[in-house]
Amino acid sequence: MIRAFSALLARDLKLAARVGGSGALSLVFFLMIVVLVPFALGPDMNLLSRIGPAILWLSAVLATLIGLDRLFQSDEEDGSLDLMTGAAVPLELVVLAKVLASWLTTGLPLALASPLFGLLVALSPKAMGATALTLALGTPALAFIGAVGAALTATIRRGGLILAIIVLPLMVPTLIFGVSAAEAALGGTVPFTTPLTVLAALSLIAAVVGTLAAAAALRWSE
Amino acid sequence: MRLIVENLACRRSGRRIFSGLSFALGPGEGLMVTGRNGAGKSSLLTMLSGRLKPDTGTIRAEGIGEANLPECLHVVGHRDGLKSALTAAENLEFARDLLGNPAASPRAALEAMGLPHVARLPVGYLSAGQRRRVALARLLVCRRPLWLLDEPTAALDLASQGVLAGLMGRHRAEGGLVVAATHQALGLEDAHELRIASAASDAVSEAAYQAEDWL
Repeated sequence: MIRAFSALLARDLKLAARVGGSGALSLVFFLMIVVLVPFALGPDMNLLSRIGPAILWLSAVLATLIGLDRLFQSDEEDGSLDLMTGAAVPLELVVLAKVLASWLTTGLPLALASPLFGLLVALSPKAMGATALTLALGTPALAFIGAVGAALTATIRRGGLILAIIVLPLMVPTLIFGVSAAEAALGGTVPFTTPLTVLAALSLIAAVVGTLAAAAALRWSE
Repeated sequence: MRLIVENLACRRSGRRIFSGLSFALGPGEGLMVTGRNGAGKSSLLTMLSGRLKPDTGTIRAEGIGEANLPECLHVVGHRDGLKSALTAAENLEFARDLLGNPAASPRAALEAMGLPHVARLPVGYLSAGQRRRVALARLLVCRRPLWLLDEPTAALDLASQGVLAGLMGRHRAEGGLVVAATHQALGLEDAHELRIASAASDAVSEAAYQAEDWL
């Protein structure tokens, strides 16, 4: 079971590295949105640093959508999914491995790069650290919620837009608690850990519900 | 293992493809599924592989212990399940680790299919026939009793068709089962033939189902 899981994980990481697609692309997209905001709002440092965490989080949510539609679709098209239904492991584990690989190539680099991008929106070092931490804890929730939409739209050609419409509303709670945790770190009435633990809980719940739901959607895709 | 199918019916997009299909296969037996285009040969194989729910009827397997049917079969179909960016050997290694119960090494399996030289090539560089042979090599890297082959000879040259016939013969000699959908002779000796009749010959029931659809 561990062997099949690690084989899936290794294959998806290898594919991401070799095709060079979504991982790097979503990071560039993330950078683009963050860069655009100061141009739109003007060089008001105080305003930028106040809304900085919100901008980073919003960009992260949008960047997660890039490449999400191919998560299961590419395997559905070339028949790899048929192979996976016959695997010696439950489909839930297959989904878990694939989402984990996709998070390692999109969500984690996003969180790691966020302090650098924080410079563009004039964040203080403390705010950069807090935002990076909330992104690291919150992007798994985004990945698992996205996986449900990706599984539902796996058989639909050009399902990217409908996928965004399905998953974006579901990402709202994660966005709310992610931003509020990052802002709580900069002062305010709520201690930093309260929204942070809620955010971690959201990720754990999404991991369970998202895995089961995506596997069910893939199983009855016909 | 034994595969028992009783009174199977298939419906896709609301249209009945076939109904009342029954057969049983024991160890070492082969089944050739024939019929015109669109008769439901591929749908039957998809159902057996567990990717499509039967409309009515049952598919059972005996003698496989606690495993379920999808864990006991190999599928080689039109969609070959190979990743173009990975090499042939990597694709086979992945299949072996994913499916479990390893048998031949990827290199030995490729050699058996006459493709030892492509092991390090990305599958995307291969021709249609070579890809098909790499997909067929998957049958050898893990041991599974039931082979579901959907037009396995498509894109294969004559020599490779002979190799495939030999593989199926050896698999059946070891007690394996082969179900193949095909338009041509496969070299499946004394195999049963299941001809999926056209829906038009079943005019009465067809009309009845259409009436049901309109309700």
